[in-house]
Amino acid sequence: MNLNHVAGIALRQFYLYKGNFARVVPLFAWVAIDMVLWGFMTRYLNSVTSAGYNFVPALLGAVLLWDFFARVMQGLTTGFFEDVWSRNFLNVFATPLTLTEYVSGLVVTSIATSAIGLCVMLLLSTTVFGLSFAAYGAMFIPFVMVLFLFGIALGILSSALVLRLGPASEWFVWPIPSLLSPFVGVFYPLSTLPEWMQWVAKLLPPSYVFEGVRTLVAGGEFSGATLGWGLALALLDIVLAGWVFQRVYRYAVRTGLLARYSAESVS
Amino acid sequence: MNSGSLDTLVLSVTALRKTYGAHTAVDGISFDVRRREIVGLLGPNGAGKSTTINMLLGVLQPTSGTIHIEGTDLGTQRVKALSRTNFAAVYSPLPGNLTVAQNLRVFGLIYGVKGLSARIEALLEEYDLKRFRDTKCGVLSSGEQTRVSLAKAMLNEPRLLLLDEPTASLDPATAVDIRTRIKAFAAKGNSSVLWTSHNMYEVEAVCDRVLFLARGRVLLAGDPKTLPREHGKASLEELFIAVANEPLALERTEAP
Repeated sequence: MNLNHVAGIALRQFYLYKGNFARVVPLFAWVAIDMVLWGFMTRYLNSVTSAGYNFVPALLGAVLLWDFFARVMQGLTTGFFEDVWSRNFLNVFATPLTLTEYVSGLVVTSIATSAIGLCVMLLLSTTVFGLSFAAYGAMFIPFVMVLFLFGIALGILSSALVLRLGPASEWFVWPIPSLLSPFVGVFYPLSTLPEWMQWVAKLLPPSYVFEGVRTLVAGGEFSGATLGWGLALALLDIVLAGWVFQRVYRYAVRTGLLARYSAESVS
Repeated sequence: MNSGSLDTLVLSVTALRKTYGAHTAVDGISFDVRRREIVGLLGPNGAGKSTTINMLLGVLQPTSGTIHIEGTDLGTQRVKALSRTNFAAVYSPLPGNLTVAQNLRVFGLIYGVKGLSARIEALLEEYDLKRFRDTKCGVLSSGEQTRVSLAKAMLNEPRLLLLDEPTASLDPATAVDIRTRIKAFAAKGNSSVLWTSHNMYEVEAVCDRVLFLARGRVLLAGDPKTLPREHGKASLEELFIAVANEPLALERTEAP
């Protein structure tokens, strides 16, 4: 892998963020609003329910982690969309750049943009609403890692979807985190779900994270091996998403879709 | 049609074919481009010029045939082959939301240009773009955008420069300026240029050799200054019209 090529892709995204404040605001605005909304919600729940259960680490912490996952995914897809919006595929793909280098450049961008969102969320949730990660202990890092890897996998898969179906299919990508959230139990235990949804949940790495969060907050013990399944699934998802992206790219090169992308289809 | 010794060949295309279902866009064409040569790829709309250019750029997979750039097979050694190539096309402007200098830096990194800062400065000077260094490409005029695209195309000092209608939509003065720069580029180094254009005056002034494409096939090839007379036409434009309207008649003329 040529790191200069990766840097070129990441630098393009950096210039875009640097050049337009409208791109920077969404990196922290929506997650900040979520923190404020759920921060007050958890305060209210703490005041009306029986003493002993703290909703702040269970709910606000879960929202923080879920928003982080969504920011990772959208950080990657937005980078890809920038090339769609500026009709830049011909300029980018008629170069010595490999597909792995291109995606790696988008991953670097996603790391930077999602880190900004995470820092803002941590700042607000800890200073304003007293969220403490003491209950999570050392598991906080692997929780974040699993969600980061799954966000990358889903970002790559979403980009493949838009490459295959055309620019208008971008609409499918934005609601994906909302579509997944009922299955992974961000707000409730997986046992709440009907059996078929629980089976789907077992295939989704974030399910292991949120079950772990609830177990630890309730004072229980959460096995690292269980989270290991989540980690392994997230890694497998990245491999699968990369494979799908490569297949779609090859299809686009074979059929002429890449060269005539603005037409949205080759038929 | 392939000729010339291997060390002088920059581009070698053999039996290149592209089909979309029952439609054949490019029908087994073969041609070479030699060092320091400017070759015009001419033909009516839909003749297969852009399809050919897209295959040479690696963004469209041929159905069959091979493309070698300085002896490197584009199909099997894409990265190496494309590192020696660059292009400018009127339908593929650089992102309008980056400045001129930012675009050159981004693509300089992607093309692996050594001494990038110095190279960017030299190109800004050469293409009279210094005053636009921090201007977003989207607000530049057509001529200025073409100069930026050409500066980007020269970043890696390509051995093969592909130009798809580089002077379309430019005023005559700007077009002359662009043509002069490209001729100078081909004359000074070890590079060659494959150029598509619908401006026959321009083709005659710039190209050492032309290939006429019609219905996906190379119908005629030769010196743009003598080719019209060889086919009983007064000018290259007249020959172009004949190729567009009566390709079969010309094909029969060419047949042994």
